[in-house]
Amino acid sequence: MSTWLQHLSRFSAYLLGILWVLPLLYAFWAAFHPPEYATQFSLTAPLTLENFVSAWDQAPFYRYMLNTIVITTLILVSQLFVCTLAGYALARENFFGRGFALALVLTQLMVMPEVLIVENYKTLSDLGQIDTYLGVGLPYLASAFGIFLLRQTFKTVPQELEDAARVEGLSGLSLIWKVFVPLAFPTYLAFSLVSISYHWNNFLWPLVVTNTVASRPLTVGMAIFGAPESGVDWSVISAGTLIAVGPLLALFLVFQRQFIQSFMHAGIK
Amino acid sequence: MNRRLNLKAWLLMLPALSLLIAFTHWPTLKTFWRSATWAKSDVAPSQFVGLENYGLLIEDPVFWKVIENNFWYALGTVPTSIALAIAMALWVNGKIKHKGLLRLAYFTPTILPMITVANIWLFFYSPDIGLFDQLLRAVGIDGPNWLGDPDTALGSLMAMTIWKEAGFFMIFYLAALQTLSPELYDAAKVEGAGPWRIFRRITFPLLMPTTLFVLINALLNAFKLVDHLFILTKGGPNNASNLLLYYIYETAFSFLDSYYAATLTVVMLVALALIALAQMLLFDRKIHYR
Repeated sequence: MSTWLQHLSRFSAYLLGILWVLPLLYAFWAAFHPPEYATQFSLTAPLTLENFVSAWDQAPFYRYMLNTIVITTLILVSQLFVCTLAGYALARENFFGRGFALALVLTQLMVMPEVLIVENYKTLSDLGQIDTYLGVGLPYLASAFGIFLLRQTFKTVPQELEDAARVEGLSGLSLIWKVFVPLAFPTYLAFSLVSISYHWNNFLWPLVVTNTVASRPLTVGMAIFGAPESGVDWSVISAGTLIAVGPLLALFLVFQRQFIQSFMHAGIK
Repeated sequence: MNRRLNLKAWLLMLPALSLLIAFTHWPTLKTFWRSATWAKSDVAPSQFVGLENYGLLIEDPVFWKVIENNFWYALGTVPTSIALAIAMALWVNGKIKHKGLLRLAYFTPTILPMITVANIWLFFYSPDIGLFDQLLRAVGIDGPNWLGDPDTALGSLMAMTIWKEAGFFMIFYLAALQTLSPELYDAAKVEGAGPWRIFRRITFPLLMPTTLFVLINALLNAFKLVDHLFILTKGGPNNASNLLLYYIYETAFSFLDSYYAATLTVVMLVALALIALAQMLLFDRKIHYR
């Protein structure tokens, strides 16, 4: 490659990298400086933690975060259980109607629960589950993506291994639990990280189905907190944003490699 | 024995299928039914009205505006995100310095909640004091009111969507690039092929399956990613940046018309079915190709 093209390519790569973290960089800038410096950038601007204090006072972040953690955990635990059983059946059992069952499952990959907010809201209100953790979780408790991912993984387990386990007297659920689940550990990790980051960030359905602080997750809380009507300034909003994304961001930075590898792993299947 | 095996398998499927049927298949059918009914209020009994709601749809200028916007939104975000994702993957997979840091930077938007970061983008886009207008002023240009002007509102949303999804798609290309054999490239270099030729004749064709996969996901996102509308534009000004899913939400939960919202949802379901169909056809061709 001619050298100037090489330089241009490298320059674009770094420029794009800076652009991509710019919102986060700005959030850090505004959050740690007094409001006067939110829209002007100067190296001599004093540092402060005041914005975090007022953000924390103006919105029940503690409760929002608790709600998000409970909802995300509820969904993940249910998904892991439900998807393991279905994934195993679809991968290893030869039963009547298997193709049909798989087709039913795969529908959800296209028709995501977000699209069906109108009817699902009616269902949840009939069940009396508006503004509850279960209500936020219900449409996501089974994941077509998880079932498909586990099915692909379980399919690769050698038949001899299963036969040997059966000779040892394992069958049914204990066979799944003792042989298949441990072998699929990377897939479980991958799916869990994808699921956690999806539901930590999910907004539209929780917005529809929650009314109060009792069940409202961070995303919905932040949308209310940041609304222009609430009259909060940029610095406080930035501090709030950092509080909201903090835990997931910290988790991501520590387990960066696993995160990226998990997303890759989930993508190749 | 056979019957017992069937029973056991269906029992294993039972939790997943009952949840999926209750929250995917049954509501899909109910959406179609509701789109053919109408009632004065939510408590009044509904009556069958046939295609009347679809008549309203055809005469609703907002509906057509939303469809048009969704078309531009898809056209504006899908190819750009894919092109950027390929470029990012090639850079990060190449010999550039600070690879790990760069990969981290590209991937970060994927794990940030769209709704929360939209607050930051709102500042970037604000007139005069916003970052973009400040930067433009530094080079002597009077920046527009990005979100307040009907000409730039949808484009501003697209920019944030591309920012959000390009790094996510990069991951799939990165995974694919790592499976390509180095011998192929050595051979091409021996033949004296330049980098652009190598990309066009070797890398790009070999990445085709990934591109198809990413294409389908990007198309789905074009219908699904509306979180930032809630913060940035609320579909405005005057529906200039409204998208189908946001309009469904508005109709159902602000205008409280679940019958018309169901009718709009049917349009969405048809669009998704078309994407599914395209996927099946494309992936069939991929298999033939191999």
